[in-house]
Amino acid sequence: MSVFKRDKKEEEDSGGNPYQNLDKTIVLQEARYFNQSPVNPRKCSLILTKILYLLNQGEKFTTQEATEAFFATTKLFQSKDVMLRRMVYLCIKELSTLAQDVIIVTSSLTKDMTGKEDLYRAAAIRALCSITDSTMLQAIERYMKQAIVDKNPAVSSAALVSALHLSSTAPDLVRRWANEAQEAIASDNAMVSYHALGVVAGSRRNDKLSTVKLVTRLARSPLKSPYALCLLIRLAAQLVEDDDSDASQPYIEFIECCLRHKSEMVIYEAAHAIVNLRKTARDLAPAVSVLQLFCGSSKASLRLAGARTLARLTAKHPTAVAACAVDLENLISDPNRSVATLAVTTLLATGAESSVDRLMKQISSFVSEISDEFKIVVVRAIRRLCTKFPRKHQSLAAFLAGMLRDEGGLEYKAAIADAIIALVEENPDAKETGLAHLCEFIEDCEHTALAVRILHLLGREGPKSRQPSRYIRFIYNRVILESGPVRAAAVSAVAQFGAQRPELLPNIRVLLARCQLDDEDEVRDRAIYYSAILDTGDAQLINDYIVNVPKPNPVLLEKALRDHLATRPDDIFDIKAVPTEEEPKENKEAVVEIEVRKPVLQSLEEMYAEQLSKIPGIERLGPVFKTNMPIDLTEAETEYRVRLVKHVFGRHVILQFECVNTLSDQLLEDVHVRLECPPEYEVKTELPCQKLAYDKPGSVFVVVEYPSAFLDSLGTFGATLEFIVRDCDPTTGVPDPGEGYADSYPLEEFDMGCSDQIRARAASDDWEQTWERSSNAPQASDTFVLSQNEVNDAAKAVCEHLGLPKSAIVGEAVKEIRGGGIFRGGAPVLVRARLVSSAAGVTMQLAARSPREDVAQLLLAAVG
Amino acid sequence: MVHTNTMDGALFEPTLYIVKGMCILDNDGNRILAKYYDKNILPTSKEQKAFEKNLFNKTHRANAEIIMLEGLTCVYKSNVDLFFYVMGSSHENELILQSVLNALYESVSILLRRNVEKRVLLDSLDAVMLAFDEICDGGVILDSDPTSIVGRAALRTDDVPLGEQTVAQVLQSAKEQLKWSLLK
Repeated sequence: MSVFKRDKKEEEDSGGNPYQNLDKTIVLQEARYFNQSPVNPRKCSLILTKILYLLNQGEKFTTQEATEAFFATTKLFQSKDVMLRRMVYLCIKELSTLAQDVIIVTSSLTKDMTGKEDLYRAAAIRALCSITDSTMLQAIERYMKQAIVDKNPAVSSAALVSALHLSSTAPDLVRRWANEAQEAIASDNAMVSYHALGVVAGSRRNDKLSTVKLVTRLARSPLKSPYALCLLIRLAAQLVEDDDSDASQPYIEFIECCLRHKSEMVIYEAAHAIVNLRKTARDLAPAVSVLQLFCGSSKASLRLAGARTLARLTAKHPTAVAACAVDLENLISDPNRSVATLAVTTLLATGAESSVDRLMKQISSFVSEISDEFKIVVVRAIRRLCTKFPRKHQSLAAFLAGMLRDEGGLEYKAAIADAIIALVEENPDAKETGLAHLCEFIEDCEHTALAVRILHLLGREGPKSRQPSRYIRFIYNRVILESGPVRAAAVSAVAQFGAQRPELLPNIRVLLARCQLDDEDEVRDRAIYYSAILDTGDAQLINDYIVNVPKPNPVLLEKALRDHLATRPDDIFDIKAVPTEEEPKENKEAVVEIEVRKPVLQSLEEMYAEQLSKIPGIERLGPVFKTNMPIDLTEAETEYRVRLVKHVFGRHVILQFECVNTLSDQLLEDVHVRLECPPEYEVKTELPCQKLAYDKPGSVFVVVEYPSAFLDSLGTFGATLEFIVRDCDPTTGVPDPGEGYADSYPLEEFDMGCSDQIRARAASDDWEQTWERSSNAPQASDTFVLSQNEVNDAAKAVCEHLGLPKSAIVGEAVKEIRGGGIFRGGAPVLVRARLVSSAAGVTMQLAARSPREDVAQLLLAAVG
Repeated sequence: MVHTNTMDGALFEPTLYIVKGMCILDNDGNRILAKYYDKNILPTSKEQKAFEKNLFNKTHRANAEIIMLEGLTCVYKSNVDLFFYVMGSSHENELILQSVLNALYESVSILLRRNVEKRVLLDSLDAVMLAFDEICDGGVILDSDPTSIVGRAALRTDDVPLGEQTVAQVLQSAKEQLKWSLLK
């Protein structure tokens, strides 16, 4: 027993790890030993291992240290020890990114890669390719080609994988090795044929036709390697996805055939592809039954793969998933919590209303054991349930509130709050209970950001409830107890009650007066600001500055303020010129998916801001008012593809022509666009695209000034692409010597409509009041007969013309379009249209109100 | 031309760059060996170590084979005081990752003559590094057959003289075996 004790103690002291307390400087000292001759391979190998260990632990080497170690290592080429040589290669690879002059070992490595020792050759190729650049590559090209078709599979694989890595920096060079790679696909060795297929497919990525040929040929003589088959299935699936015609049927058949392969990896790959292909509703059955089998496997990864893929089907084919309910039920108590969560959420998404209560009970049994990410998945599933079964809202809300009280991180709590907020917004019956749960939650919420959000919601929804006064108590408690930001948010929320419920105004005034004595500047400022506005009693003022405050996009606001300060700091800044924040579009497909990283939501304006900033003098145009969705000006499969993006400014429009050259044997130079503008438009400047290489997008910008009268701004533009063509080598992209020739390419016409120049939104809740308040503004109205037969279609068409969202259409018997927006230049506008179906078609009465009469008239002109 | 922010296609990407990372941790969650192959995923060693800590905390108790963490699918396997992980994108065929993990674990197991534990592994760290290098090159699966991997990684020719080795090793391994059977 004493032996064990001592043993244990020893282990604890040293951790049993001889590498634990390595010191970088000492190890580098030791590396000097490499200069001796002859060396002891074992000793050298240990030192190299130490260096690699340090690098692997994240120790930082300076360039000088790395270079010294690198050069010391190169001395070891003198030793013939196989193990040591291999460690040298490893070290070269690791140090190549840190040290200087690494190409010095090129000749040694070239010698090894062409030598007789098979154990050297493969590893030498990989080390060599990690230190060469595209210029050096030509020198070893011949050897690489030979290596790709070498008899030794390790050598061949090494060459192919290295070629794949190199293709990111020198694609043209690697494309020249395609023939050898083609040959290697037929290799008997599974890995070689996998790597070869990867190289060939990669070099044809942009060439659909030859990918088709490749897949068709290989699908007929199935590959041996399961990895290669997986890759082939992916390629085939992509072809099916891109092609809607019947021509893709053979690929589907090939994928289905793979469902009967002996390797689980391939079966899953095929099932996954079939499930995710859009057009295969009828062919789902075999794939689903395979996944069903996976769910009963003893291996957790198989169960997870099966459950996950089935879960993806819930949105599109719930019936297909419902058939697997029994298998999923068995997974609810799975020891792997990922699997259990997926099973429960999938069942929730597909099950009937009657099974909800039972499943909820199941969830509550394990919800405390799973990690936050999975809790979020559960919360999202419950949120969808709330939409699907509104009648269950009481038990669901209670469940969410229970989760809200449990321990959890910010993201988890935010997901629950989101779910309750969605419930409150969608379901009027649930509003009161939902708000009550949220009130209770902020009593004890440690996350400032979340408390602020909930206070904002209470301020928005509370005044509309039956008993607004009960919320004020909760909100005002925050003013007494919380930190600065929360107090400020509470003040804003309280002010909302004062603005919307006149009977509460006297009390609110008292509360705001108390807040004016707060320690925090922001709280005092807000209290004084709201008091002053409420004291005026001016309904319009209260509406514009408390109830319906525009929310500019923060990123663009910052940019606009910067530009403003840089160009004309003395003028007054117009906040209306900044695009408002767009409501993030909900992901329509309710897919059950564990995805922790969220895609970054970005508005169009933000995406293009950087490209636009390159135009000289752009800051003089002011902030971007609106960037419109890109429209295609060419057919899909033409020589040159051009898309147009209209960036609208106060008095100008920038037309951005995004061009792609799809001909690999041409290089376009000096690309510009000749515009035929409608009268009164004036082209200010043009920024041509100097060079348009194959498959590398480039943009031509044209700055056009709008006519001074708004009414003249509607019109149609003609455009022609003009450029100089130079023929070039399709593989290298180097142009042939000599002059090119000028050529042009006609583009489709495009319109400048009303929708391009307006930032529209659907009507808010208090539409009637807004419309009444604007009664003294100039109005333009007219009656139109529309060509559509259906009222719905007509309403949609009108919305499109005016740039209004579809949600602006209301009413059942008489369709009414209600909306408003801001016209370029900052003039607000309100629109109301009533549509009635008549014998001749659809009759519409349209009225537009705006302080600027010409804007109102423009709206009518746009429809007429 | 424009990167719209729609959801990525649901199909798997036809790429050879499948492995995002591989690592071996000890029973305190410390890194013994780790390699990350995608410059966009966990680029700094600080982020990597934080991820490994998190991964270890989530996996060392429940032996559930697979976990989805921070946008990665991680398959894992443990033995005595070692934890083996292979990471791939959350949008990847889990079974391919599983096959890589099997290759890694089996190769190491053969290299260490079935004594898969920390002390033995550290004694042959160089060979294990070579095995790492033979399994995955920059994210591409290079080989998944343990015997051929080991054939290219276990190259020690000048072994300790047979007599000494056996005495020392037999004693050592007997001791270890006994210890672990008691500790279990």
